[in-house]
Amino acid sequence: MHTKTIIELAQGLRAGDFSSVELTQTFLNRIKQYDTLNAYITVTEDLALQTAQAADLKLATGEANLLTGIPIAQKDIFCTQGVKTSCGSKMLDNFLAPYNATVIEKFNTAGAVMLGKLNMDEFAMGSSNENSYYGAVKNPWDLNAVPGGSSGGSAAAVAAGLAVCATGTDTGGSIRQPASHCGITGLKPTYGRVSRYGMIAYASSLDQGGPMTRSAEDAAIVLQAMAGFDPKDSTSVDCAVPDYLAGLNTSLQGLSIGLPKEFFGEGLAPDVAAVIEAAIKEYQKLGAIIKEISIPNLNLAIPAYYVIASAECSANLSRFDGVRFGYRCKDPVDLTDLYVRSRGEAFGKEVKRRILMGTYALSAGYYDAYYLKAQKVRRLIAEDFKRALQEVDVIMGPVAPSVAFGIGEKINNPIEMYLSDIYTIAINLAGLPAMSVPAGFAQHKPVGLHIIGNYFAEQRLLNIAHQYQKITDWHQKSPKGFE
Amino acid sequence: MSLTASDVKKIAHLARLGIDELDIEAYTHDLSGMLNLMVQMSDLNTDGIEPMAHPMEQGQRLRTDEVTERDQHKQFQAIAPQVDSGLYLVPKVIE
Repeated sequence: MHTKTIIELAQGLRAGDFSSVELTQTFLNRIKQYDTLNAYITVTEDLALQTAQAADLKLATGEANLLTGIPIAQKDIFCTQGVKTSCGSKMLDNFLAPYNATVIEKFNTAGAVMLGKLNMDEFAMGSSNENSYYGAVKNPWDLNAVPGGSSGGSAAAVAAGLAVCATGTDTGGSIRQPASHCGITGLKPTYGRVSRYGMIAYASSLDQGGPMTRSAEDAAIVLQAMAGFDPKDSTSVDCAVPDYLAGLNTSLQGLSIGLPKEFFGEGLAPDVAAVIEAAIKEYQKLGAIIKEISIPNLNLAIPAYYVIASAECSANLSRFDGVRFGYRCKDPVDLTDLYVRSRGEAFGKEVKRRILMGTYALSAGYYDAYYLKAQKVRRLIAEDFKRALQEVDVIMGPVAPSVAFGIGEKINNPIEMYLSDIYTIAINLAGLPAMSVPAGFAQHKPVGLHIIGNYFAEQRLLNIAHQYQKITDWHQKSPKGFE
Repeated sequence: MSLTASDVKKIAHLARLGIDELDIEAYTHDLSGMLNLMVQMSDLNTDGIEPMAHPMEQGQRLRTDEVTERDQHKQFQAIAPQVDSGLYLVPKVIE
């Protein structure tokens, strides 16, 4: 049951093959069975079974939609009323969110069944899920490897069949890189497509929530539920949401695919490059035309990103002060001591690094040299992509330069960890939508194909991914021991 | 470009962020590494380029001035570390 698509499950629910309660129980059992993966921070078993009962009633009375009764898991960055929302941090270990994120409201309205909250790098800062207060998540394809990050719990849960689908958030690659490392489908929508209300902020001009699923078809259904204008998010874009499922079967005849030469240069592992090249050949069989393009300023994406993301993080995380919610240190002697120790005791190393970096970049005398400079570089990178997307319909390449690395391998070398985000980060700077689609294996670990589209071209991306998934079966593979 | 231990202490103070004395050296090393990465940007001429703050170039949306939030202070303060009579309590600031 755990490998079925959403449409297959929805049909099974309607045909009476199984109830939502039974389906939910199957997943709750699997979550317990495979808890060594550490994919979940909180399992909301009672709430899930209650929601499933309500969903069965809706199904019986014909008031259901495709997601009614479908078990989903939420990244622990989305506020869920009355349920612990930790963001992977000791700071919020005691935080019961007093309201729902818009994304959570939308899934509740659809009647989806929340199984629990998924592990992640603390405040979404990391590329390996090793920065979680709740411990590292294991990659179901290789238990000694990282699942990627920051949405590592989401990727591991979907890959191991511990949820039908999940949500993730992507600030510099945090949906696409773990999706690539765990062999699932992940979509980072255009900035502003999915509401950020109630999604705990890391870098507000880059953060975007999106679906993490087994297939592009499932992603279309989940994105349909998530997307749309939200007056509660001042950066939400008021632009009509198309019917994503309806667009899946458009032909790819004549599709022009740009391959940026900067994506295939030094640093890309030859075994990953071979998988990507083979995937592109499949697209040629589907009628696509390949063109070499260039993103000349790509090499500056990482420096610009780490200035902008750190600066925004230092501002956003100043709200965690030990006064109104979250962790407070014991016996503070004065107000400064309360702030300094509460923050010092509750934030992990990577979060501290970025707060310090951002504070420095925004401090008097350095603002122009770092933050303003990074924003100018950001525009040049965005213009590189805009120019490229006038020449071609979509851009393809690798998601990550190598397959999933070992747990502990890069954790003591933050710069090396940052460099592994080279292909994903630039997309967030530009605000474009992009996907990771399972395209094969290297060293027995999954490799994702990166598909980048123009602003609000999510429907086209899903269509391009779906057509590939119709002629390949990489997205249907299950890791050994989790079948 | 490299920072000193005293730079890191000063930044930590600005951020009101407690750092263990034993970790100062590691943070000094890591932050200097990050800065070395960032100075690569200075090689690129950005004269006359408008800074980009938002990918959609959106301005702030306006709405009519209406009350949209109801009073939920009891619910919000239920998760606060220390409250009394609807007030958040902190150590004494003025003697």
